[in-house]
Amino acid sequence: MTSIEPAPLLSLEHAEKSFGAVHALEDGVVDLYAGEVHGLVGENGAGKSTLVKILAGVHRPDAGRLLLDGEEAIFDNAKQSQEAGIAIIFQEPTLFPDLTVAENIFVGVQPLKRFRRIDGRRMRREAGAVFDQLGVRLDPDRVARGLSIADQQLVEIGKALTTNARVIVMDEPTAALATTEVERLFGIVEALRARGNAVLFVSHRLEEIFAICRRVTVMRDGRHILTRPTAELTVQSVIRAMVGRDMDALFPKVAAEQGPVVLKVERLTREGAFTDVSFEVRRGEIVALAGLVGAGRTEVARAIFGIDRFDAGSVEVGGRRLRPGSPTLAMAAGVGLVPEDRRQQGLVMDFSIERNVALASLDHVRRAGVIPRGAERRFAKDWALRLQLKYSKLTSPVWTLSGGNQQKVVLAKWLARQPSVLIVDEPTRGIDVGTKAEVHRLLSELAAQGVAVLMISSELPEVLGMADRILVLFEGRVTREFSRAEATEDAIMQAATGLVDQAA
Amino acid sequence: MTTIAEEKAVLEPQQRSHHVAEVLLRFRELGIVLALVLVVAGAAIVNTNFVSLTNVQQILSGAAIIALLAIGETVVIITRNVDLSVGSVLGISAYATGVLYVHHPHVSLAVVFLVALGVGVVCGVVNGAIVTIARVPSLVVTLGTLYIIRGIDGAWAGGNQVNASMLPTSFNRIGYGTLAGIPYLAIIAGVAVAIATYAMRSFRTARDFYAIGSDPPAARLAGIPVGSRVFLAFVLSGGIAGIAGAVWLSLYGSVDAIAGVGYEFQVITAVVVGGVAIFGGSGTVLGAALGALLLNTINSALDVVNISSFWTSAIAGALLIAAIAFDRLIAVRVAPALRTRRSSRG
Amino acid sequence: MADIDDLKPGDEVPSRPPRQHRLRAGLGLVLRWEALLVVLLGATIAYGASVSPYFLQSTNLFYICLNVGEVAIMALPLTLIVITGEIDLSVASMLGLCGVAMAELFKHGWPIWPAMIAAVALGAVLGAFNGFLVTRVGLPSLAVTIGTLTLYRGIAQGILPTDTIGGFPAHLTNIGVVPIPGTHIPYSIAFFGALAIVFAIVLHATPLGRSIFAIGANQEAAFFAGIRVKRIKFWLYVLCGVLCGFAGVLWTLRFASARYDAAIGQELYVVTIVLLGGISIFGGRGTIAGVVLAVAVLGCLQTALTADLVPAQDQQIVVGALLLASVIVPNAGDLYRRARERLRSAGARRHRAAAVQAESR
Repeated sequence: MTSIEPAPLLSLEHAEKSFGAVHALEDGVVDLYAGEVHGLVGENGAGKSTLVKILAGVHRPDAGRLLLDGEEAIFDNAKQSQEAGIAIIFQEPTLFPDLTVAENIFVGVQPLKRFRRIDGRRMRREAGAVFDQLGVRLDPDRVARGLSIADQQLVEIGKALTTNARVIVMDEPTAALATTEVERLFGIVEALRARGNAVLFVSHRLEEIFAICRRVTVMRDGRHILTRPTAELTVQSVIRAMVGRDMDALFPKVAAEQGPVVLKVERLTREGAFTDVSFEVRRGEIVALAGLVGAGRTEVARAIFGIDRFDAGSVEVGGRRLRPGSPTLAMAAGVGLVPEDRRQQGLVMDFSIERNVALASLDHVRRAGVIPRGAERRFAKDWALRLQLKYSKLTSPVWTLSGGNQQKVVLAKWLARQPSVLIVDEPTRGIDVGTKAEVHRLLSELAAQGVAVLMISSELPEVLGMADRILVLFEGRVTREFSRAEATEDAIMQAATGLVDQAA
Repeated sequence: MTTIAEEKAVLEPQQRSHHVAEVLLRFRELGIVLALVLVVAGAAIVNTNFVSLTNVQQILSGAAIIALLAIGETVVIITRNVDLSVGSVLGISAYATGVLYVHHPHVSLAVVFLVALGVGVVCGVVNGAIVTIARVPSLVVTLGTLYIIRGIDGAWAGGNQVNASMLPTSFNRIGYGTLAGIPYLAIIAGVAVAIATYAMRSFRTARDFYAIGSDPPAARLAGIPVGSRVFLAFVLSGGIAGIAGAVWLSLYGSVDAIAGVGYEFQVITAVVVGGVAIFGGSGTVLGAALGALLLNTINSALDVVNISSFWTSAIAGALLIAAIAFDRLIAVRVAPALRTRRSSRG
Repeated sequence: MADIDDLKPGDEVPSRPPRQHRLRAGLGLVLRWEALLVVLLGATIAYGASVSPYFLQSTNLFYICLNVGEVAIMALPLTLIVITGEIDLSVASMLGLCGVAMAELFKHGWPIWPAMIAAVALGAVLGAFNGFLVTRVGLPSLAVTIGTLTLYRGIAQGILPTDTIGGFPAHLTNIGVVPIPGTHIPYSIAFFGALAIVFAIVLHATPLGRSIFAIGANQEAAFFAGIRVKRIKFWLYVLCGVLCGFAGVLWTLRFASARYDAAIGQELYVVTIVLLGGISIFGGRGTIAGVVLAVAVLGCLQTALTADLVPAQDQQIVVGALLLASVIVPNAGDLYRRARERLRSAGARRHRAAAVQAESR
């Protein structure tokens, strides 16, 4: 850098952060200039969110420095970060549902009039002015409950502007937005840049990064890999930097013989989530549900498994219709679900490894009504061995395991039931590369053994590498179906963003 | 001109959706007023004595005590907590007031109310400290202090009683005195409710209460000092219950160890019937006070229509359950309607 | 790189284990909790023995058991409910109402046995109403059972406002005051003992028990594992009603009369036993053994205090304090950790500030 270059507004130098034995961030580096939109990319688990939370004052780094205008800043909590002029727009904003839009914007910093009373009129007026500035319409007097995610983000952005934040960090802001909403957001980002704000735009959608960012920082495995102007990079070079390994080796796809239809979903509809979804999965087949986050993929899986009821359509397993709304019956029919949220839905984090493995198979473990001592242990040990689970003691709570091994416990729980249909929702999210490959091999083997696998994944390489057929969902509808041969990343991406007509 | 017309077109549906929310929020207060009118009319038809001056005065005075307690309880419940100890705090403060007069017959009113306030604040500090520092659910804490404070009261009072003859007339007059036919107590409660309603709308601290109850982790993230606000809520509740104790003594004239037993249930019922969400985040002091008035009016009406007053507690319980079930119904039915109506379009 | 990035703002980070763990890290401390109860029991007995030379005599032990019998029986189903993460504050009111119902039926000419069975059945209905509101309508159990606490007691008061009903057959009222022949054990505590064994087996060794723990530890994960969360919770409330009805029958027989205010305020004792027994108020943790020990502690303590001529009002203070202690003590480790962390961060700040100052000089 030459001396003419202005100093960065914010720069994070070699930040480290560990949670117990887990090194979430080993070398976090980022610098932001005024009037710049800066992209931050990396795979799941690359340490992006930890870096963001350090900026937000949620985590304190174990080592490294954060400089604001060249001076070191130490945040003990989120408030100090806000006061220093940093605003974070999370993917799913945390608004107060019972307060109005204007109140949400001004929470804790309401304009005051005499006797320290809140000046409600000024608050509403200023909130309205902020939205005018952004070129959007949002009623400041409306309660936040029921706002769409896009509008909730607007409220957060409004909050950032009224507090005169100079650095605005957007953490995967587009993940849950519809196309039109993404366009509106881009307009707003541009407006912020023009005002002289520094914007850190965290995303895993590279096309977005290239569309709006001047520079991009790539992270991998908790480390800074590179920071360069986007003009000097291509999508391919960024992907290479993100992945840092040969992609093909990851997907040990075994050709499996396909049998009769096991899972048949017909005209399945749940109001507000998905509409008219029909597909079949055969014995030995892996079918992927692709699409953007929020396209309704998880909702389809939940409905099939009986977590949510559906409004119309039918689900058949092995030729018999499932009664909606009962996971117990779906399990009895041979369906298993490895859910998206491992910590909340997949595991009872307090329970030991063995108890988690046996949780869905208690009726098999039971003898004369009680669970004999040791039976559960043997049962769990068997599956732990088969899945090459790395653990110290089967009686240790499951939260002591790494993310990848936790996911193996979830898989073991379902494989132990020997399901005929296994639904896996984001099976490799947030787990390390080695375990990822193991999970892929496992899914492949399962299919080879005759299980019908329905896989939901946001990672296109995974979808392309694993699936025999690919269904793409967009805004709750199936927009396209690809065979393994005809699928390409571009074609899937286009279908997933609703550009069906131009596709193929 | 066309742009303005367009703007209007865009704005109008938003305004309407805003009104829907607004009506739903106001609906509760209107609903209670309507229920009040119905109860009063019904009881008056059966027995015209129901609307006699003395009876109305009695209803208002009785409701005033519960309404006072409801102010503090509302604040606590809005922060997603609960204070079960208000009845015991009222009891011990009432007894403390009585004892103060027995030992110092000529003590001034201001000192009396300060002592009552002090007793209540001490209880509130204990509740608040345990809830916020030890991070124990308020339900368990205040269930414990409900009995501890009552126990201390009982140990202190023993079998003794302070009665009206030991109290100065100036103090007793607060209980039975009227201004233009309105009991002093009703005026005190009315003023307190008005101030609290305004304050809950107009001060940052008060809005923090709503934010905390609405989403505690988000409140922490927004830099709201959750611990000290919740602590403050309990101190407020305790302090108000303390003052209510002195007021209670002025109304009933005599106090022993069982003053205010079971009030916590009446107060919580009033607050919830008044539209304060049991899970925190929304509701008004005015609604809670109206809830208290409704509860007392119903109890009084039961007497008139010859239903034994022994049923009052059953009716309070039924009302409480009906109120939370109604809230739940509203949430289930109305929330999706609000959600589908997008507030803006890109 | 594990799953730090899956966390939403405000989530606990994995290094800090979920809340229940911080309460009592690992199995070791759970064992220690029960050990603590044994020590507490020993101390209580020592106190009792020092107050009265008769404390350890079998007649006195009989009265200790007699005093806590009904409360102990009600504590068992409440234990299961608290482990699922819910609460039932209406237990004592159900006891009262069922006792009144039994007496009213008896007064109106029912034979005693059908009246007793009807009282227990009424308990099932009352419990089912709680369970229906909590599981089907989806209301918070705290609010529901505060409501039914008032409602059930209110109905009892409405039915039987001021008078008492007595005149039950002597051979039945006797079981409330005499021990099982040949022993010094009252009937009520024998019922409790038998029930406790059944509850311990069900809770600690059956799929149902495992499901109950899973619901309390993580309701959503339990549902995703095919556990019928609502159904189990509903039937636990019914079970709670049944046993409260049963306790109501025993209570009425013990006092040989029914009053609307029978066992009023006893929910304090029931909740205290459950929490003192080491059941986590956040659900998911605890043992029946702990609850049995807590029953013993409370029973001895009450009798010892009475022997020490401590009036009933003052005993409330002790029991209330015991309740608070049993929820604060498990948090003590957490409190200590937080205080230390705060100190350390303040220290680090000072250190850094000093370093920055030194640098700028």
